[in-house]
Amino acid sequence: MSSAVMPISAILALAAGTYAFRVAGPLLHDRLTLSPALQKLFTTAAVIMLLSLVISSTILDGGAFAGWARPLGVAAAAALYFAKMPFPVIVIGAALTTAGLRAFGVA
Amino acid sequence: MRTIFQTPIFKHLTRQDVSDVALVGVAAAIVGLSFGAIATGGGFPVWVPIVMSLVVFAGASQFAALGVILAGGSPLAAVLAGLILNARHLPFGFTVANRLRASVLERILGSHVLTDESLAFALKDSDPDRSRALYWACSLSLFVSWNAGTAVGAIMGETLGDAATFGLDAAFPAVLLALVLPALKDRRTQAGAGIGAAVGLLLTPYLPAGVPVLVSLVGLVALIGQKHQTEPLTREEPAE
Repeated sequence: MSSAVMPISAILALAAGTYAFRVAGPLLHDRLTLSPALQKLFTTAAVIMLLSLVISSTILDGGAFAGWARPLGVAAAAALYFAKMPFPVIVIGAALTTAGLRAFGVA
Repeated sequence: MRTIFQTPIFKHLTRQDVSDVALVGVAAAIVGLSFGAIATGGGFPVWVPIVMSLVVFAGASQFAALGVILAGGSPLAAVLAGLILNARHLPFGFTVANRLRASVLERILGSHVLTDESLAFALKDSDPDRSRALYWACSLSLFVSWNAGTAVGAIMGETLGDAATFGLDAAFPAVLLALVLPALKDRRTQAGAGIGAAVGLLLTPYLPAGVPVLVSLVGLVALIGQKHQTEPLTREEPAE
């Protein structure tokens, strides 16, 4: 975790690209339309990548198994989601479960 | 915010609109708080989450970029992951543009604050004046609360100490999970996400960090041969 480096150039590149996606429609919509197929593609791509991030950051830490405490905390979050708990309860529930398991010696 | 809501464009808003917008703001502040805390708790300097929230202003991509770097990935992989996530703003922008009759300056400014939520609010009413008022009310509420939440969270995360003791490493996937589950409604999206996550996980030992998440896009094969019905573009709000 000590090597957490996010260069300002990376942040600005992400910001510029994101702004380009956002501003294209409002500036060009008189001359261009997007097909529903393309719209569906963008939305699905976002969902797929997010779930992939959830799974890998739940199970792995730096390419190796992260231990049991973290996946069990995320499992608690999923249970709280399906119990229709509000967002803060889901997130804090996950952190407390993982922290609690670690306090009892579960890595 | 009271004075802002009394300016001419916002006279089209009802009391109910204002309280809806405020609720979305509270939810965004809480997600922003977790973003800031996870960032500094994970070892980033305080300015990183704060600047990101101001200039990127797209929650899921900020979490994703951060997650890629925390997993040991390169900044390039982090930017790519964030950009692919934000590509959905392209169709959002076209949808909003059709509804908002605004000056060029307003379009240029308004584009920066375009989010899933502000699009959903703009589409609530077909009246152009109300649509525009709802768009700006939601966007401004989100911008203020998201950035305030991030700043407070970033400072809190730094004073907390070891992130693992407090289970913050579990909070990161938990936030993303709560954001993504409402969008996993139709079978093709579920199949695509399942394939993508499995491929990403299996390839992790063999690829540089950050790349498996990009490779998970092979899950898009699940869309092949789909008939396209028109369906609403808007996604669920994270708080729901």
